[in-house]
Amino acid sequence: MFKSLMKSKKNHSFWQSLVIRLPFGWLLAFFLVPFLIVLKISLSQTAIAQPPYAPTFDLAAGWRGVQTFFAGLSLDNYRFLGTDPLYILSYMKSLQIAAFSTLLLLIIGYPIAYAITRLPRRAQAILVVLVILPFWTSFLIRIYAWMNILQHDGPLNQLLLALHIVREPPSWLSTDTAVYIGIVYSYLPFMVLPLYATLEKLDEQLLEAAADLGCPRWKRFWLVTLPLSAPGVVAGALLCFIPIVGEFVIPDLLGGSRTSMIGQTIWMEFFANKDWPTAAAVAVVLVCLLVTAIVIFQNHAMRGSERD
Amino acid sequence: MHAGDSGSEFVKRGAERPTFGKRGFAPWTDRTAQPLLRIQALRKRFGGFTAVDQLSLDVYQGEFFALLGPSGCGKTTLLRMIAGFERPDSGRILLDGVDLAPVPPHRRPVNMMFQNYALFPHLNVEANIAFGLKQEGMPKARIAERVADMLALVKLEGLGRRKPHELSGGQRQRVALARSLAKRPRVLLLDEPMAALDKKLRGETQFELMELQRQLGLTFIIVTHDQSEAMTVADRIAVMDRGRLMQVAPPKDIYERPNSCWVADFIGEVNLFEGRVGADADSVEGTAFGRLRVGRKIDVEPQGRVWVAVRPEKMRITPAAPERQASVENCATATVVDIGYLGDLSIYRLRTEAGVEIRAAIANTGRSADQAIGWDDRVWLSFAPEAAIVLTR
Amino acid sequence: MRKFSPLNLAAIILGVGFLYLPIAILVIYSFNASRLVAVWGGWSIQWYAELAADAPLLDSAFISLRVALISATAATLLGTLAALALVRFGRFRGKLLFAAMIYAPLVMPEVITGLSMLLLFVAVAIDRGFWTVIIAHTTMAMCFVAVIVQSRLIDFDMSLEEAAMDLGASPARTFLAVTLPLILPAIVAAWMLAFALSLDDLVIASFTTGPGATTLPIRIYSEVRLGVKPEMNAVCSIMVGVVGIAVIAASLLTKVGGARGTPAQA
Repeated sequence: MFKSLMKSKKNHSFWQSLVIRLPFGWLLAFFLVPFLIVLKISLSQTAIAQPPYAPTFDLAAGWRGVQTFFAGLSLDNYRFLGTDPLYILSYMKSLQIAAFSTLLLLIIGYPIAYAITRLPRRAQAILVVLVILPFWTSFLIRIYAWMNILQHDGPLNQLLLALHIVREPPSWLSTDTAVYIGIVYSYLPFMVLPLYATLEKLDEQLLEAAADLGCPRWKRFWLVTLPLSAPGVVAGALLCFIPIVGEFVIPDLLGGSRTSMIGQTIWMEFFANKDWPTAAAVAVVLVCLLVTAIVIFQNHAMRGSERD
Repeated sequence: MHAGDSGSEFVKRGAERPTFGKRGFAPWTDRTAQPLLRIQALRKRFGGFTAVDQLSLDVYQGEFFALLGPSGCGKTTLLRMIAGFERPDSGRILLDGVDLAPVPPHRRPVNMMFQNYALFPHLNVEANIAFGLKQEGMPKARIAERVADMLALVKLEGLGRRKPHELSGGQRQRVALARSLAKRPRVLLLDEPMAALDKKLRGETQFELMELQRQLGLTFIIVTHDQSEAMTVADRIAVMDRGRLMQVAPPKDIYERPNSCWVADFIGEVNLFEGRVGADADSVEGTAFGRLRVGRKIDVEPQGRVWVAVRPEKMRITPAAPERQASVENCATATVVDIGYLGDLSIYRLRTEAGVEIRAAIANTGRSADQAIGWDDRVWLSFAPEAAIVLTR
Repeated sequence: MRKFSPLNLAAIILGVGFLYLPIAILVIYSFNASRLVAVWGGWSIQWYAELAADAPLLDSAFISLRVALISATAATLLGTLAALALVRFGRFRGKLLFAAMIYAPLVMPEVITGLSMLLLFVAVAIDRGFWTVIIAHTTMAMCFVAVIVQSRLIDFDMSLEEAAMDLGASPARTFLAVTLPLILPAIVAAWMLAFALSLDDLVIASFTTGPGATTLPIRIYSEVRLGVKPEMNAVCSIMVGVVGIAVIAASLLTKVGGARGTPAQA
């Protein structure tokens, strides 16, 4: 209605075109172009120069410059990724950690989200705020808090020793366990909130109907609640899995040095090895992986909604 | 009306216009009268769907006009085109003889009361009512006066500082009405104004709305899908279906003299009998009810196809054959299939020998007289020739 | 029917405990007089006192605040425009690309966003520093802003705008008097999120920063990489306190605002 009004006015005014062009131009310049540059550099060769890659675009040389530029591009970096097990292992590790911690988050987050929906309205609102609140404190601080707790003579080990659960204090830091703890801690709100949102909308009468038809309590949960919360599960999983794959800070501060996650690999290639083309190639492959994952999740969500 | 001086001024200015009482108000019968709003061959399509199709209509100053039809018939689209929210594909809308096409909605001298009221949630009642006046650049003191008048008019004095969410549904409806009336529009458009009210409140509000319209002497166009609402409030009703006007007439004519089977069936209940015009031009032969005599000559050649419509309340049920044996027409035996008791009247569903289902409504005037007829009784059905409406389409 | 079982209670207590205990421990340890984390040396505020003398750290905090203020404001402006363009302008050329560019940064790993930004700045030979961090943060945050404001605009009851126009307000006036006040809560929330994201960001800032523009997270990161330090406990506790106060203040403000409504006048 309003749209048709806007359109019908033939003079798309100066202000109206500005509303589109300003953010559009900004994103083109600072999102699309940078990504195209990454793509281009991933096809370039490492060079001991500034910037440390070749070929560079030489506009002064005109058409010849363009030709030599394209002739200089190659897929060598991608071939290199395929041959060096370091990268494959790194990708595998990222996917594995992301998958397993998403599962952990589901197992931990579901009972919490479910319990919140059982509370009176006012208490629900307060708990939702309580769940969101840690998200507003710095990510770095929250990971650092766990460094405090997990260190060799930290509170956790002191507690375990005091309770005689362990005789020797175990090392927590620099292990995958610590990474999982850090991830679950950091991403829990992202899992609980979408789950809560779907569970909260669930029509209580459906459960009453199931009970009326002779369905016992646990079966009601299994046959009604769980299937109907599937959209929340998919949303929560998507919201956690995707960023965990590219996670850098958590594995860097809590994890070990044996195999790094892919975010760390990019960081290393870039800052330590100064190998920009390889870092760019690793990044491009990671984007492709994530796009694939999102498409799979989306398909799942679509099929789920068709079933409804 | 306990409004202040300025309040009565507001009302009086409206009342100077040529409508006081409604008795004898029928400008549409006056060939010399100039319509206030003329709609000419208006057409609007949304994609492949034609919402309004070649529609022409005149509305007169001081008229309470109702657009009635099933949902999706295009009545709201028509209203929104008058307000300027939709652009017609073709045709014209003239107000006081001026084409509204180039006038944007915010410059049109018409105001709309929205179905969901569309009260600004961030403004209190006073600010909502004052909104339109501020856009006009009216001086502050006069705005305050006018707002006070409007609050008095809709009997919401003392609630001016409340926010919309602090009001009941009925109060919100009044604020919406006051806001759309504050600018004294040439035409007030009301989009299902009572749809959100409960039934009892709706009834009261209908009469208040009529009263208000009469006092102010403004022109109201109301969109509704509720036929009893349209019948109650309107001077004239336009019945719409699939973007077309089916009939435009005062409520009584719409009911007593529908121009088509569709209108007869849409407004109230009706029994329809298809048949052919008899040789003597005031009878219809070959209907499921036998040979029917109608009250006047039918303007169709003999053997032409027509329908006879009889309202259920015009049907008579008697345990024995009707006394006036002379009229063997308009009379048949039937079995009572079902009785619905509604308090003021009872609805009978009957089946004739020929297997045709007929509805009859009998007013429960006596207390037990009608109890004589019960389920499965064989009874006589009849109706007076004058009760029959002959329809040609 | 809705029953609250002991199992539900346990889930909530464990969940909330898990979320808040680490932060509580961090704050408690920041008052530990002992330099050794394992040893409780009594209460002390010495680490806070030392912070006050740590000029580079204070410098970083100041830089971070300025970056967050500027980038959050710019991101809110650009993101709100983007949301308006997406919701209100019907179809326009490149809309699909535009929408894709709004959503893509939300799922893009920070490492890649940072890397691509850095490569852009190198390619066009811009010296990295304060302003490049701001550009990077603005780009990332504007997408979050756009999504938040967009959802509010989609829910927006169009009949309110029609009512305003019907009552004589021009489109521009309608926007200022009706639309803007009603989407303002979403815009404010989006600004706060953009501010928090900027203040929080380590990875993108690490890629796009240059000499003289070390943000607080970068400083903290370089300090804590090698192990826990009591001064850092104090820094983090202060940040937690500031965020806590800000969130409580914001929620109180919205509550007051909700009760009275924004006194916006046409």
